[in-house]
Amino acid sequence: MKDVREALMVGRNTEGKLVRRPLSPHLQAYNMMQMSSATSIFHRATGIALGAGTLLLTAWLVSAAAGDEAFSVVQALLASWIGVLVLMGFTFALFYHFCNGIRHLFWDTGRGFELEAMHRNGRMVIAGAVVLTVAFWIVGFLVW
Amino acid sequence: MAEFTLPANSKVGTGKTYKAPAGAKRVKEFKIYRWNPDDGKNPVTDTYEIDLDACGPMVLDAIIKIKNEVDSSLTFRRSCREGICGSCAMNIDGTNTLACLKPIDDVKGAVAISPLPHMPVVKDLVPDLSLAYAQYRSVEPWLQSDSAPPPDGERRQSKEERAEIDGLWECILCFCCSTSCPSYWWNGDRYLGPAVLMAAYRWIADSRDEHTGQRLDALEDPFKLYRCHTIMNCTQTCPKGLNPAKAIGKVKQLMLERQG
Repeated sequence: MKDVREALMVGRNTEGKLVRRPLSPHLQAYNMMQMSSATSIFHRATGIALGAGTLLLTAWLVSAAAGDEAFSVVQALLASWIGVLVLMGFTFALFYHFCNGIRHLFWDTGRGFELEAMHRNGRMVIAGAVVLTVAFWIVGFLVW
Repeated sequence: MAEFTLPANSKVGTGKTYKAPAGAKRVKEFKIYRWNPDDGKNPVTDTYEIDLDACGPMVLDAIIKIKNEVDSSLTFRRSCREGICGSCAMNIDGTNTLACLKPIDDVKGAVAISPLPHMPVVKDLVPDLSLAYAQYRSVEPWLQSDSAPPPDGERRQSKEERAEIDGLWECILCFCCSTSCPSYWWNGDRYLGPAVLMAAYRWIADSRDEHTGQRLDALEDPFKLYRCHTIMNCTQTCPKGLNPAKAIGKVKQLMLERQG
């Protein structure tokens, strides 16, 4: 579908000749790292990361079904320090997306929209994701 | 569609620097977006050094001073200089606000000024708001009733009913919120944006208006309403301290409620 805004990208100069107008800076000019947009961008990013992470999980399960040899390869990969680092990222993405998802459900009930509340619940989501991730890995390493 | 970079003709270059007058003690830099439809060039950022001891306190005072004393070609909209007309909406220091309400001292370092984001530029700091106005028109922002008004006077509201539209009617349509919204950047051709959706809710929430059903029907659309993903940049940036995100949330709730 053609973007109707295209029509407004053409204007006239002082002599009446048609000229192509520039589009004003957006991401280039806006502070995207304020609480409002930062938590939103991070929600998208962690959503995408979870998609990739689920493939990793699937590879682990498929290798387990495929037999001992395949499983030991994937298991060794995931248990290496780089694998653990990736899994830490994966769990953090999961917990952040989970916490911010609850924030969105809260908004859907009509609450938490005031600016102070938005900053407060944003900080709670970030802190919650960090705490859950750390707790998860403490338990994880203890039972390893 | 989301395009994260600017088109080739919109990339911003470096422009001229205008030095502060000799002997100025409190010098502040203003980095201002310039584009002239007559010179066939890309936009540039011009730097103006301003002596704050000879300038009013607000960003609007500074750009009026620049236009009067330094560079008369600088183009921007302004009218009331007290935050009620909405003309001087622009991006200052990374967020949208009214230049007349933004104290220069609030900005650390150089003051970066550009037009409202992701809009066609007419000249310098003047964006083309035609589409936003047309979208505003599309929500029919006026009282609609089928019943006859009482023969002896106006349509009455209780104090509680009147309070329902507080925080909504104060909107001055400066479009700081709509142009702060990434959803509006990427899908502004079909998504109405926070300013217009709050205007729609202003009439939905008005007890005297009898077309609530039709108004909700008109918004029941994957793009017009539901491109709002509660990013909250709108509420964060509103120079009048209003809450468009909350108003949109209310509309979404009403949509759910009437589905039963």
